[in-house]
Amino acid sequence: MLSYILRRILILIPTLLGVSIIVFLMLQATPGDPAELLLGERATDEALFEIREHLGLNEPLYVQYGLFLKRLMKGDLGETIWTRQKVWVEVKQRFPATIELAVVALCIACFFGIILGIVSATKQYSVFDYVSMLGALAGVSMPIFWLGLVFMLIFSVNLGWLPLSARLSIDVDLEIITNFYILDSILTRNWTALKDVLWHLIMPAVTLSTIPMAIVARMTRSAMLDVLRQDYIKTAKAKGLSQFKVVFKHALRNALIPVVTTIGLQFGVTLGGAILTETIFAWPGVGKWMYDAVMQRDYMVIQGGTLLIATLFVVINLCVDVLYAIINPRISVQ
Amino acid sequence: MVKKISLIFILIAFLFTSAAMAASPKMGGTLVFGRGGDSVGLDPAYETDGNSFLVCDNIYEALVAYADESTALEPGLAESWDIAADGKTYTFHLRKGVKFHDGTPFNANAVVFSIGRMMKDRNVKFVGKGWDIPPQERPPEYWVSMEMDDTIGSIEAVSEYKVVFNLKRVEAPFLANMGMDFADIISPTAFMKNPKEFLRNPVGTGPYKFTQWIKDDRIVLTKNDNYWDKKGGPYMDKVIFRAIPENSVRFLELKTGNIHICQFPNPADIDMARKDSNLKLPTQSGMNIGYLSFNHTKEPWKSNLNLRLAIAHAIDRKAIVDNIYQGMGQVANNPIPPTMWGYNKSVPGYKYDVELAKQYLAKAGFPEGKGLGEITLWSMPVPRPYNPEGQKIGVAMAADLKKLGITARIVSYDWGTYLKRQREQPDDMDLFQLGWTGDNGDPDNFLAVLFDGLASSSVRTQWHNEAYHNYMLMGKQTVDQAKRTKIYEDALQLIFDECPVIPVAHSTVIWPSQKKVMNFKLHPTGSVRMKNVWLDK
Repeated sequence: MLSYILRRILILIPTLLGVSIIVFLMLQATPGDPAELLLGERATDEALFEIREHLGLNEPLYVQYGLFLKRLMKGDLGETIWTRQKVWVEVKQRFPATIELAVVALCIACFFGIILGIVSATKQYSVFDYVSMLGALAGVSMPIFWLGLVFMLIFSVNLGWLPLSARLSIDVDLEIITNFYILDSILTRNWTALKDVLWHLIMPAVTLSTIPMAIVARMTRSAMLDVLRQDYIKTAKAKGLSQFKVVFKHALRNALIPVVTTIGLQFGVTLGGAILTETIFAWPGVGKWMYDAVMQRDYMVIQGGTLLIATLFVVINLCVDVLYAIINPRISVQ
Repeated sequence: MVKKISLIFILIAFLFTSAAMAASPKMGGTLVFGRGGDSVGLDPAYETDGNSFLVCDNIYEALVAYADESTALEPGLAESWDIAADGKTYTFHLRKGVKFHDGTPFNANAVVFSIGRMMKDRNVKFVGKGWDIPPQERPPEYWVSMEMDDTIGSIEAVSEYKVVFNLKRVEAPFLANMGMDFADIISPTAFMKNPKEFLRNPVGTGPYKFTQWIKDDRIVLTKNDNYWDKKGGPYMDKVIFRAIPENSVRFLELKTGNIHICQFPNPADIDMARKDSNLKLPTQSGMNIGYLSFNHTKEPWKSNLNLRLAIAHAIDRKAIVDNIYQGMGQVANNPIPPTMWGYNKSVPGYKYDVELAKQYLAKAGFPEGKGLGEITLWSMPVPRPYNPEGQKIGVAMAADLKKLGITARIVSYDWGTYLKRQREQPDDMDLFQLGWTGDNGDPDNFLAVLFDGLASSSVRTQWHNEAYHNYMLMGKQTVDQAKRTKIYEDALQLIFDECPVIPVAHSTVIWPSQKKVMNFKLHPTGSVRMKNVWLDK
């Protein structure tokens, strides 16, 4: 097992190298120029030349990529073009916000998605099944952007139950240590802040969870239906086991394999969906940061951010594979 | 009777006192300003974006300041200044007893340091030891694009409170330039502590001092209790600039009372704000121009005046302002806004008259558009302060041109490519939209920068006209403002006659705010000054 994990980690190196080359070439092929965007309408030839020279954009492509790799070897992702800050520092400030949001959203999605899927499968063709699957279809189809605004109008503007946007209220103080606000408020035993942070998380997390929740529910339902038709389930039922034991002990464990794969993939989708959620809810995360970087052609941010997200993807895939073995011991790691 | 009279007196006295109470500023409170994006950095020498400058406006001050709602110059950190007879030497007499937020004194050396660090050749002189100015991290963009290295020869601290700027050439807008953000005075001590991090730890002399920055979320400023000007504010304890990217969410935050001022709302939300009894609508004519220009490097546009006039009279600019600016703008007669000195009131602007346009088109040699072929109309891909929706405006213009028989194809790119290709004046560009937001209220900052193609290849319109070029040179080299006003009025008449561009509109800026926000004034340059703002409880 350990050697398998090590091997997978080693494969990470060529994967990330490939990602970095593709991203670099795509950036070069994309029209637009950070120097032009920095200076806007007032750009003069001299100012443009100087800024390009400073950013190394006047160098040939292979030199630019070589420099990027050289820095990367030293563990340096470079400096952003716009904010003149180490990319790594910017990442540290924003990634926790996105991870916090994505993890909570995914937890909501898994919890409700799996329950809905199980109940739908065990009560196939019932009213509950139809309603929940219709809801799942709506969940997949509804644009996050629209849904977020509707939630805001209902729960913040009309009912006044939840805050509109941001991670923390203006009048709540929190000593920031890790940038994971939930963790920071627990570490500093600041319960007022913890309540406020959770309060701010509800609406964006629920908004972000709708699509993965719907997908998980549908996947769980079909996997469960498949398993429930197997002979060993009939045997279990014939043995006189309770419905609860049959479903949760015998069926669910086997049905979970495709569901876990889906959840792993959905984590990536959630990170992608975070761009919209972060924009609507003024959530200072990595999605909005990357989007702005693309619009401003901040090459350093795009390269650094993409590498980081790619790493996260690969690591999550690895975790999913390891989870397979834990869920179903019959699958042995080759 | 006596009772009645005394009652009236009491009533009057009560009315007077309550009016006086309402007008007298209240201390304390926190103002939350909602804006579309975060600041990039807070070192005024190196920033280029409005969101950075509007925070800098409250942390720093420059030698000269702009008046409350105009760009008239007032003393800032300099109490007064003398200009030598040859117009090349400026002596600034500095304010005494001013301290930076870090407690270090503001003096002539700080001025030499702040401005001198932007110079390519550090031709500076301190009083006493001074500082060894570190090399630039990157070119100071504003300084370079304003060609300040060609203007300033040397900067000398003559005594503790006296600084002399020796110019290489007579440059009438120099004083106005010294009021711009890039010329803000910073604390040299704070800068030298960590030059690379100064943009995230700014220290100036302004009414509010920097306290906290949570990236993409908020910047917190707190009141500077030792502010030198005891006449006005700062009144509030804190000012918080919150980044709320989505316009409608920002407006909802205002409506629910979570923020006090909402920058750049959707035009559709303005009506809602008008109907809300808790909100008011601070308004300011923007110091900007959105224009449509011709490609002056190619025929027939370059030398066919009648063709240019035909296009100018064909476009219904009022319809564009009414429908696409949604009333948040005014039709432009001149390419500088009417609030600026030098504006020529006698220029009538191009009248929308399809018949007249057709006549010009026939005179131009293209009756009913025949022989002109399909032309391209470059339309801006992004909203800018002077042009809310370039592509919609492009469609409206193309429809207007169709009435003359001219077929125009809308062309657009992403913003960076648009700017880059436009600079190259390519052959596939016939008409293009662009615009400008003024920096310092000097007409030179519009008229020379935008239209004097003979002065520089960087001028985006590349209109080459000898007489106009001479006006611009005269304008720069004449220090007397009355004479300069006349020069620019004449230049504007020439622009109207020669029609190198069609001025479309000046936008109006409306930022709704809570009723309890008092004394908040929008500035034509777009700067946000919280010094005299206070919150009514």
